[in-house]
Amino acid sequence: MSLAVELQGVSFAYPGGPEILSGVDLQVRRGEFVTIAGPNGGGKTTLLRVALGLEEPVTGEARLFGEAADRVRDRYRIGYLAQRARLGIDAPASVAEVVAAGRVARRGLFKPFGSGDREAVAASIARVGLVDESRTPIQRLSGGQQQRAYIAKALAGEPELLVLDEPTAGVDVDAQEAFGAFLGELHEALGVTILYVSHEFGAVERFVERVILVRGGIVFDGPPAELPAHWHDPSHVHP
Amino acid sequence: MFILDADFMRIAFATGAVVGVLAPAVGFFLVQRQMSLIGDGIGHAAFAGVAAGYLFGVSPVGAALVAATLAAVGVEWLRSRHRAAGDQALALIFYTGIAAGVVLVSAAGALNANLFSFLFGSILTVTWSDFWLVAVLGAVGLGVIALLYRGLVAVALDEDGARVSGLPIAFLNVALAALAGVTVAVSMRIVGILLIAALMVLPVIAAGRIGRSIRSTMLLSIGIGLLSVAAGLTISYYANLAPGGAIVLLAAAFAVAAVAGAPLLNRAR
Repeated sequence: MSLAVELQGVSFAYPGGPEILSGVDLQVRRGEFVTIAGPNGGGKTTLLRVALGLEEPVTGEARLFGEAADRVRDRYRIGYLAQRARLGIDAPASVAEVVAAGRVARRGLFKPFGSGDREAVAASIARVGLVDESRTPIQRLSGGQQQRAYIAKALAGEPELLVLDEPTAGVDVDAQEAFGAFLGELHEALGVTILYVSHEFGAVERFVERVILVRGGIVFDGPPAELPAHWHDPSHVHP
Repeated sequence: MFILDADFMRIAFATGAVVGVLAPAVGFFLVQRQMSLIGDGIGHAAFAGVAAGYLFGVSPVGAALVAATLAAVGVEWLRSRHRAAGDQALALIFYTGIAAGVVLVSAAGALNANLFSFLFGSILTVTWSDFWLVAVLGAVGLGVIALLYRGLVAVALDEDGARVSGLPIAFLNVALAALAGVTVAVSMRIVGILLIAALMVLPVIAAGRIGRSIRSTMLLSIGIGLLSVAAGLTISYYANLAPGGAIVLLAAAFAVAAVAGAPLLNRAR
């Protein structure tokens, strides 16, 4: 079984602070679509940062693509969509420039773009349906289109693992639903591993294979159908 | 007398052209990273460098270059290692720089008109050797920006994403900080230590309201920087004003006009 993400016996605390995570064991297979959910302050973002090798666990081990997460080679294999508030959506950048920025790590910092890079950028823009907007400033797009532009940026590096951190925070329910369906299509078309981290996961509940609930540790790990009723997201009622 | 008949004005325009290009080019990335005020803090450290130059009898510009670059890298180190929040790191450098400058100036007995030329800029005191130093440093700065352009853009648009995908964030941030330090040192003869930060920021604010892409905004901000410097030097020559103030007031006028006019322009597009 080929694993994209693996955590074994992970606990984490910031120096001098309380323990945020304890006893975390997690395996995400390549090609899975998984949501990591839980209350704010429950430790899901910390779990994500440990899994990506951005924080070192106090105990245990984090592995990405079979390598130690903090020493993994070719990190461009990870596409990342940060929380909306942390994205440069006020920058005077065109959609094409935003998406091209996602190709830099794969190409290498000092190497100029070649035709393959330009084609990958164009394909990512087409994948998210923003061809007509590629020269439009990102500030002029709707919230949903901006989100798609940044998804295209994450895809431009042709990632094996796509990580989305609270992508729908501050977005209305209809836009969340549309975004969830879009991710479902993307997963089916590309077969890329998707980690969707959010306290609101109702929008993707129909599309994910597993829900992982985090509250200081993993309190549930299984298919959405087995999720206890009171943990479902009431803002998204699916027949 | 025609303005370019005077040798000192030819030197001022040549030096100002380098400043007009480099300051907005570096400032563009600082503004996008919401680090607009770092130039001010570095300027105060540069003041300490100038004062140290007087005290120890070495080139004030060279000493300011070292002080400004060290201060810029120091701010970045404090910020990135979470030793202090960004504004606290800046405050530390800002006040230490100005205090050290005052102490060193008084120790050197250099509280004179030449010192004021560094603070507010001067046309008369710039020499051809100053110009060649500025030209070399400016060319190096622009070369570094060209080399790191895509990486700097990637970090400006999404630092978290750039970090996760493996771009060398610490290196890029230190490089940008060092560029800011070099820009302050390069620009202080013409614009003055107290005003250089404005020339790094105001043209970018103006261009950001009009530009439709990073490339067009950067080129536009360089154009506004050059125009501000050229017109500001011309006005200061004929009206006998401090060039730094004239240049920055023009850049501010461009920024105000862009902020006020941008809604009309966008509606017309």
